[in-house]
Amino acid sequence: MAIVFVPSPLRRHTGGQSRVEVPGATVGEVLGNLTTAFPGLSGQILDEAGQVRAYINVFVNGNEIRTLRGQATPVGAGDEVSVIPAMAGGRGRVPGEGLRP
Amino acid sequence: MALALSPEQHREIVAHAREEFPNECCGLLAGREGQVLRVYRGRNADESPYTYRLDDRQLFQFLKEMDEAGLDIVGIYHSHTASPAAPSRTDIARAFYPEAVYVIISLADREHPVVRGFRIVDGAVAEQDVVVR
Repeated sequence: MAIVFVPSPLRRHTGGQSRVEVPGATVGEVLGNLTTAFPGLSGQILDEAGQVRAYINVFVNGNEIRTLRGQATPVGAGDEVSVIPAMAGGRGRVPGEGLRP
Repeated sequence: MALALSPEQHREIVAHAREEFPNECCGLLAGREGQVLRVYRGRNADESPYTYRLDDRQLFQFLKEMDEAGLDIVGIYHSHTASPAAPSRTDIARAFYPEAVYVIISLADREHPVVRGFRIVDGAVAEQDVVVR
């Protein structure tokens, strides 16, 4: 069982829990089981093809999975998997985009 | 709920915006119930005058520290270097923290920075008071 760390913006989908135990031998399996247990998380974390969304970072024991083996990254018992939405934005590159629509 | 900053914290985020100019700055405001207790200066991984993305690894470390300290995300700040202190389309499209107040520091008039706060929930923007006390 992996321990999944859920930051506050996603806790509305986990009944307020910040840590949940989820079975799975790889990150992909853990995320699949996590989103089955908490269906509200599914669209937040995964795209239609089941891939981690561009503005979601998944860490295994503090290492981002894109620097490891992606969703094939192995996960052992007690490993911590963290699912962290990016903090991003900005005025934008298109002239006038900084103005409120 | 209003977001409350101390005068020092307010100066800190405006100073951060000025230091990063012409690029946008970004950071995290940690606290409880709308009161900022700690400012985490972030690194803008985009290093851009147009966009920001708080360094993902740094964000992970900030959130772990806050979790251990029992602090919540009360705000996320960034600067607009040449446009008003209002959420852009990019800000709205990339707002993944509905519980946070998005604080925007406009340096469009560099002598008179403007700081305003907004909640952005599922694409809907609502201004929140930013109180300095």
